[in-house]
Amino acid sequence: MSSAITLQNLKKAFGQTKAIDNVSLDIHENEFFAMLGPSGCGKTTLLRTIAGFEQPDEGFVLLGGEDVTPLRPNKRPINLMFQSYALFPHMSVEKNIAYGLEMENLSKGEIASRVADVMDMAHLNAFAHRRPDQLSGGQKQRVALARALVKRPKVLLLDEPLGALDKKLREQMQLELKRLQEEAGITFIMVTHDQEEALVMADRIALMKDGQVAQLGTPHELYEKPNSKFVADFIGTMNFYEGKVDGGALILPNGSRLTGVTEEEGLDSGTLAVRPERIQIHRYAPQQADNLLQGVIADIAYHGQDLNIHVAVDNEPNKTLARISASSAEQQNLKLGETVWCSWSSQNGRLLGA
Amino acid sequence: MHSATTGTFLNSHLKMVYVFLYMPIIVLMVLSFNKAGLPTVWSGFSFEWYGKLANNDAILNAAWNTLVVAIVSTILSSILGTLLAIGVEKAKVNSGLDALLFAPMIIPDIVLAIALLSFFTLLEFTLGLHSIILSHVVFNIAFVCAVVRTRLKNFDYSVLEASEDLGANSFTTFRRVMLPMIFPGVLAGSLLAFTLSVDEFIIAFFTAGAGSSSTTLPMQIYSMIRFGVTPEINAMATIIMLVSFTLVFMSQRINKGVVQ
Repeated sequence: MSSAITLQNLKKAFGQTKAIDNVSLDIHENEFFAMLGPSGCGKTTLLRTIAGFEQPDEGFVLLGGEDVTPLRPNKRPINLMFQSYALFPHMSVEKNIAYGLEMENLSKGEIASRVADVMDMAHLNAFAHRRPDQLSGGQKQRVALARALVKRPKVLLLDEPLGALDKKLREQMQLELKRLQEEAGITFIMVTHDQEEALVMADRIALMKDGQVAQLGTPHELYEKPNSKFVADFIGTMNFYEGKVDGGALILPNGSRLTGVTEEEGLDSGTLAVRPERIQIHRYAPQQADNLLQGVIADIAYHGQDLNIHVAVDNEPNKTLARISASSAEQQNLKLGETVWCSWSSQNGRLLGA
Repeated sequence: MHSATTGTFLNSHLKMVYVFLYMPIIVLMVLSFNKAGLPTVWSGFSFEWYGKLANNDAILNAAWNTLVVAIVSTILSSILGTLLAIGVEKAKVNSGLDALLFAPMIIPDIVLAIALLSFFTLLEFTLGLHSIILSHVVFNIAFVCAVVRTRLKNFDYSVLEASEDLGANSFTTFRRVMLPMIFPGVLAGSLLAFTLSVDEFIIAFFTAGAGSSSTTLPMQIYSMIRFGVTPEINAMATIIMLVSFTLVFMSQRINKGVVQ
């Protein structure tokens, strides 16, 4: 697979703060790539560097193998969809979309037909002559997207594309964006702080922390095989157990022995991470279990078809969270204050550095 | 019925204030149509003084000078003031520099007039219409800058980046995105500048130099008034009033767009 964008040893500092700290990434053609991370992790600076609004202190940005680092944003075949949409308030929807093509000195006929095509695709025909302040949030978002896509960029950058929309519209647009990306055959690079958004939409995710890539992988890899406590904690919900490491197993302060998959060697102390949905709850101690913890049900939260059950282990009320199906809970007749056993198989636990 | 009484009181108070403000002006306007030349006796409606005004070369010359000064200084100060406003807002200047930008609006005209005259004399600059224009540009820049800055306060600078991202260079971005967006502010500022320049007396008086060739309208009226108020001046004042009033009204209408 050839790469659309290659970042080579990018560094960028603002004063003492390292916004980008030696980042190298290969983003494939036609890929939906997400840069995910908490605020201040450098993901937006990285996006702006690709667009050309920030000059890196060191390193290169390659577009299809060609060095575009010194080029201004208006010379790069890359378009950015701004978080605030940045629509031109004094122009109609149609004029907003045509603006980028006018800059390419295309003929009037070609501009008109390309604008019409993209307005069709984004379902904007009814709003062609409206001004941005007469549009809803979702409509503005579609205009911003159309305005960028009409340029047929090699790469489209999206800065928190769904951040300003309400929950329902956001879920709808997640699929819509994914569909558009596949249809247009354009590489999308999205910045988001919303892990769920990244998991749903992206082909690959770079999870960032303090200007560095903490982990790069598919949503499945990040969810199932986090390489650090930070990644495990950031993506989804996770139970953590801390203790000493002995012979590839984690020994809790209460003496319980927990095992999990590990890629790290020579750990003295560590953290065992396990997903709530991987934990089974039993009224009686199961005969065979890789990992077993006894506790008391501290809270049961109803989530429709699932129940979230908090089990207090060693009198720590939120030590273990298990998500089990409502029917299984009903069968076992689980109640608050009951003593139960939590178990999970070794392959579902990850032993990570502390 | 306490609130109703308060309402009536406030209402009549408001009316009194307006009467206080506009009564003298209304008197002046009425007297400009007075047939007799006396301010005390009404002797019938007439356009006579407007006719005489049209034949008074000194006044017409002064009016022309005023127009030239106002138009040229407005154009110059609109361009410079707008650029200044953009620069100041982008650079996020400290409060000291900020205060210096407002100073020309607040400094008493007489102080500015003396300062400009001494400055021109020091440079051995010839005085005339051009020195009046320069002087008006000095204080008008401050006014245009202040008005344009209000427009820039809520300006979303990401639209400029969007323009560049879509392939425009900085000049095209300014011409097609920034200028149209701040234009109501620029227009309001230049209307204000024009009005201020037309009315301005003290600074023009100091920086006009000798001779009647660079006399502006306020200076002409001042020199005529020493021989008594003639209805001719009333007629002139009425015309200026209407022009100023229209411009202020227009600038307010446009400024409403700035707030929105």
